[in-house]
Amino acid sequence: MNSKEKDKSRRNFLRKGFAIGAGTIAGMGALSTFAGNEEKKSGEKVKLLTADGKLVEVDKTDIDCKTADCLPTHGKAARKGIPGRKFVMVIDLSKCANARKCIDACQHGHDLLPSQEWIPVHLMKNNSISDPYWFPKPCYHCDNPPCVKVCPVGATFKRTDNAVLIDSDRCIGCKFCISACPYSARRFNWENRDSYSDNDSDYSPETSLPGQHGVASKCDFCPDRSREGKLPYCAKSCPMGAIYFGDSNEDAITNGEETLRLRETLETKAGYRFMENLGTDPNVYYLPPVDRMFPYKRGLKNLSEEQLKAYENILSKTDK
Amino acid sequence: METNKKSTTILADFVPFLVTFKKSWYLSIIVLSIIILFGFYAFIVQLVDGHIVTGMRDNVVWGVYIINFIFFLGLSYAGALISCIFHLGRVSWGKPLIRMLEIMAVASLIVGPIYIILCIGRVDRLFNLFIHARIQSPITWDVIAIFTDMVFCIAYLYMTHIKDFSKLRDWEDERIKPWRRKLYTVLSIGYQDTPQQKKQLNSALDIMAAIIIPTSIIAYSLLAWLFGMNLRPGWHSSILAPYFVLTAVYSGVCLLIIVMWVYRKSRYLKNYITNQHFNYLGFVMVMFALFYGYFTFSDYITEWYNSVKVNTSLLDKLFSFEGYAWMFIISIVTAAILPLIVIAVPRFRSINSITITAFFVLIGLWFRRYLLIVPPLETPYIPIQNSNLEWVNYSATWVEWTLTAAGIAFIILVYMLMSKLAPIIPISEIEERSKKIRVFYKGTKE
Repeated sequence: MNSKEKDKSRRNFLRKGFAIGAGTIAGMGALSTFAGNEEKKSGEKVKLLTADGKLVEVDKTDIDCKTADCLPTHGKAARKGIPGRKFVMVIDLSKCANARKCIDACQHGHDLLPSQEWIPVHLMKNNSISDPYWFPKPCYHCDNPPCVKVCPVGATFKRTDNAVLIDSDRCIGCKFCISACPYSARRFNWENRDSYSDNDSDYSPETSLPGQHGVASKCDFCPDRSREGKLPYCAKSCPMGAIYFGDSNEDAITNGEETLRLRETLETKAGYRFMENLGTDPNVYYLPPVDRMFPYKRGLKNLSEEQLKAYENILSKTDK
Repeated sequence: METNKKSTTILADFVPFLVTFKKSWYLSIIVLSIIILFGFYAFIVQLVDGHIVTGMRDNVVWGVYIINFIFFLGLSYAGALISCIFHLGRVSWGKPLIRMLEIMAVASLIVGPIYIILCIGRVDRLFNLFIHARIQSPITWDVIAIFTDMVFCIAYLYMTHIKDFSKLRDWEDERIKPWRRKLYTVLSIGYQDTPQQKKQLNSALDIMAAIIIPTSIIAYSLLAWLFGMNLRPGWHSSILAPYFVLTAVYSGVCLLIIVMWVYRKSRYLKNYITNQHFNYLGFVMVMFALFYGYFTFSDYITEWYNSVKVNTSLLDKLFSFEGYAWMFIISIVTAAILPLIVIAVPRFRSINSITITAFFVLIGLWFRRYLLIVPPLETPYIPIQNSNLEWVNYSATWVEWTLTAAGIAFIILVYMLMSKLAPIIPISEIEERSKKIRVFYKGTKE
């Protein structure tokens, strides 16, 4: 079970007529109005005009967009991208405390194994003096993606909305993209699992569901959730609000609580892209870990012995 | 007339070998077949359970399969390259070796791509490589190169056989059974050794040889660029393609020495594979050992000198005894130093010592490929932080080793079967004094 299926069962409204207001609200113009409150009834009522002229009042969370724009696309259409969108992500490193909620939510939403982290959190240390910091690393959805370049069958592709997606129905599993990605963002479905299914008609590169064995997989920027006006799993679940997601055409990013101007944020807060020198032109920006809300050690508290071992390369160089 | 007489004696030497099958021969065939069948079993296990049964994981996505792929394709390209150089350059001492090299070329060219199939997650979608081919991808370059080379090598192997098939067809000997004679009749496609046919076949062989030399160099360079195009320490280097070609030809020479040694056990072949062959090839080995040492040194010195962090962490792995230092030392000592000592000191220089050296060099070069593939994959730009050690460091599983053994068994099997089909020494190449190629001697105007 994933939350998408749960959402489906709640799509009981607006079957008969299409509300005039729904289009504009659900049309993702204002990401912030939706973010963070789709799980429970908000209690907030919205007045809508139905097609036959009646004014109805519905709970805000019951509004589900039913136009073609709101459903994940399949096949060839999925290679095009959502018109007019340019998705970007901004991760504020000063806020990340390695709560690992983004990893959990992403794994839950995308039916991943514990070993498959689409947004692993690394512990980084820039030099011997500066303090270590936590560094969530999704796929960067590069404008010049090395993975797309090397794919022999065009199973991975760049869309107009900035997302780099994988067509699991076409992927032959040669793993070239995994070795070509300089950021190690890609994973492989090594095992056969019961939840996997080949050539499923529900499958869309936008949802990456259901998975398939023997193919590459990675962070997909959750364009299906954007279609519904929701934030990606990671951005939505981060308790610190470290992950902002938005659209560079709109010049707006949000973490669900606050909405910022993208350009202004990057300008004033010294936003940077990881390893800019590689020329891959990522669409994920970082805000440097300055004026941190928490010491990095707080991120070590909830980790098991096993997980701590992973960060040994940094921890051995710092006094614990 | 005299040449005809000579030819009859040569073929007379070989026919008994072609028609007698010892018990030990059958036994080896059975053992090799069992190894190959066991490989099939391992492949089925991998198909059913997925790639999780291999040692490959998210960081080291390519393992022994790709190493074998590079290794066997290297042998193949080397076999094709050397045999064509022998043919085209009219190297008289090299003529008896041409067929061994050609069989090496074709047998390992069949085995090599099989490892790619094993390495691919979805074998059932292999046809996507053709219907959705993207020319931007180095894999597509490689698919084209391998298929081209395969066509050329198989055609060349067959063409060098035609004259011998026609000789065997016309050979009067009751030990050649009727079905075999029929087979030779079909395979010799009506070749009667008329002057016209001779001229056509000879020039066709020259043209094929001239095409195969650049093809094999290009094909192996393309294979190197499969890795060189990736942004990874140890791969993203301009020396990679020449280095690949060099190690390929080097490994081909070594396998040739081993094959020569094995065939020399048979009394029919002692007169054709002489000490002189081992002597010549021993010196070829020395030359390649020096080049190999030079290439390896210049590859690592540039990466080491500037101490870019990601390169340094790769070199740290190669030079630390917790990492790959032993393998690194083996790959250098065997392939760059051992031949120099064995060949340089006259006391050490013997057929057996040269063969043993060649064997060790071959192992050293396999380890060289291992070091080329696995440590760079363990050294991404963002250092691996994974709690599960199995996902950090690569170690091959029984599935991968079994399939490696199956590949080696297949090549031995092909050699055994091919040497029963036709003499392992190209009789017609030896007995005919081939014409010099005009363009080489009269090509330049005054």
